[in-house]
Amino acid sequence: MEYAVEVKSVTKSFGETKAVDDVSFSVEKGELFGFIGPDGAGKTTLFRMLTTLLLPDSGSAVVDGFDIVKDYKKIRGAVGYMPGRFSLYQDLSVEENLKFFARVFGTTIEENYDLIKDIYVMLEPFNKRRAGQLSGGMKQKLALSCALIHRPDVLFLDEPTTGVDPVSRNEFWDMLGKLKSEGITIVVSTPYMDEASKCDRIALMQKGKILDIGFLRDIVGKYDRELYAMKSSNMHRLILDLRAEENTDTVFSFGDFLHYTDKRGVIDKVQMKNEMVLKGHADFSVNEISPGIEDSFMSLMNGK
Amino acid sequence: MKRFLNFVWKEFLHILRDYRTLLILFGMPVAQVLLFGFAITNEIKDAKIAILDFSKDNVTKEISDKILSSGYFMLYENLQSPKDIEPAFRKGIIKEVIVFEPDFGKNLERTGTANIQLVADASDPNFANMVIGYTTSIIADYQSELSKGKTLPAMINPEIKMLYNPNLKSVFMFVPGLMSVILLLVSALMTSISITKEKELSTMEVLLVSPLNPFQIIVGKVIPYLFLSLVNSAAVLILAKYVFEVPTVGSLPLLIAESTLFLITSLSLGILISTISNNQQTAMMISLGALMLPTIILSGYIFPIENMPVVLQILSNIIPAKWYIRIVKGIMLKGVSFDYIWKETIILLGMTLFFITLSIKKFKIRLE
Repeated sequence: MEYAVEVKSVTKSFGETKAVDDVSFSVEKGELFGFIGPDGAGKTTLFRMLTTLLLPDSGSAVVDGFDIVKDYKKIRGAVGYMPGRFSLYQDLSVEENLKFFARVFGTTIEENYDLIKDIYVMLEPFNKRRAGQLSGGMKQKLALSCALIHRPDVLFLDEPTTGVDPVSRNEFWDMLGKLKSEGITIVVSTPYMDEASKCDRIALMQKGKILDIGFLRDIVGKYDRELYAMKSSNMHRLILDLRAEENTDTVFSFGDFLHYTDKRGVIDKVQMKNEMVLKGHADFSVNEISPGIEDSFMSLMNGK
Repeated sequence: MKRFLNFVWKEFLHILRDYRTLLILFGMPVAQVLLFGFAITNEIKDAKIAILDFSKDNVTKEISDKILSSGYFMLYENLQSPKDIEPAFRKGIIKEVIVFEPDFGKNLERTGTANIQLVADASDPNFANMVIGYTTSIIADYQSELSKGKTLPAMINPEIKMLYNPNLKSVFMFVPGLMSVILLLVSALMTSISITKEKELSTMEVLLVSPLNPFQIIVGKVIPYLFLSLVNSAAVLILAKYVFEVPTVGSLPLLIAESTLFLITSLSLGILISTISNNQQTAMMISLGALMLPTIILSGYIFPIENMPVVLQILSNIIPAKWYIRIVKGIMLKGVSFDYIWKETIILLGMTLFFITLSIKKFKIRLE
């Protein structure tokens, strides 16, 4: 099977920092592949190498059958790229932006209208509005339309949902799902763990390295320890008290709860509650939970 | 070609949308021409002068009275000896010293000719020129009055001496200088800003990951500004001609061709600046600081190059505007043909080729 993207131990440093450190992976044709990791994980650098904007220090990569160093010109015509920052002309209208990018790629809006139709109908009422005056969600839709206008084989989206409201984020992922069904390979990056479930396969990235790669359920399935969610009215003191405990392995704050693992594995919940009530956490509660992707990420990040 | 035209279309939209910049681009040349123009044609009023009269007869008294009653001049002091001239100028108050030769009246009566010396402070060459012009015309007026009804016309020879800038070579001719500064500003500053803007807004990333090649991007950026600058220089020429009566003596097509050459020089400088700066602010600082300032100071636009220290005179040779100003002065004011300016043209051409090669070499097809 030929891959849409195939990367072999690519490394890229900026001065002393290794932005991307010996990264290898492959993306199948028609797959929706997600890179998940915090800021500074190396996602943008990786995307820029794959879109021929940066040269790797070592390693090789093939995108859509072309080498990213030798055949960079061919890649530039075949892929669609949406950088992390809004990168359209703010002083041009929605329609003008779209027209411009269509012509840059030697096509017309009409020619590929069916591909962008679903997205474009939402934008059409604002056709004459300057791109700079659109809302965040609308801007992303316009940027996606512009990246799609030439019907690319592979689409690279660098943090397309960052800074976008949750409703627009959902809409955006729905759109990606539709594009996938059109046969376009999509490589997307995001700092939001909860978006992992929208991808076919994911790669967890941290400090330039891929921590794990595969289907979401497989990655989460590797998490083999007992996990507990804890809560009390004074969460900050609870963290400190738990960390002071001898048997505590990890404690992380996850929204309203603390996720806790113990060196002994299974704990006695009643005993735990008693201890904590003694320490002044009157309304302490503890429950077993099944791990999510964030727990996997945290545990992988700590090398466990 | 279609892609390229599309790019040019986009650039024009950018320029037209940014109406503030557009206003500055077109308002500035007009404002500058009017400002400089009126500053220059300002009449002389009550300019302080000194008189050194070796003759002290009726004729010299009449001439002095005529000059002083004209309203243009005011007597500051009477000098007694030629030694006083230099110190009198040093004080910086008087603009001119009028020297009558001994026996001025007698000479005029007997031989029909007499000599008068006009010494002017030419550290401000433009003003000195005007002072001398006014004085000589008053003297000429007196002379023709005197000659009325006489067979042998009276001749008063004014001998003019420009102190501090004897040849008055670089008379402040503002139009050529202004043209060069405007062309440079519009082309270099605006192109460098518009290219770095794409970098700053990361639209350059998207442009690079497209089938457009660097050449199309650069030339596409340049064409609208080339057009704008040509319109601008036409505006300056028209204003110069109809408001200040500075007509173009030489060939207009030649002037346009040379201006286009200088434009391309400036544009290539702008591209070069954009390749070394990552944001609009840096581009602006480099354009203004490293390009505009030396151009204004060292090109002979405001300060005559001949009056500069030798080091600066040598340095002025690398300023493209210096050569362009020479060309424009030649064509506009003296009406010379290409034979007289081919040297300057070749220098400009060489500089342009150098800058273009350098900027194409430096233009990055990737992000680093």
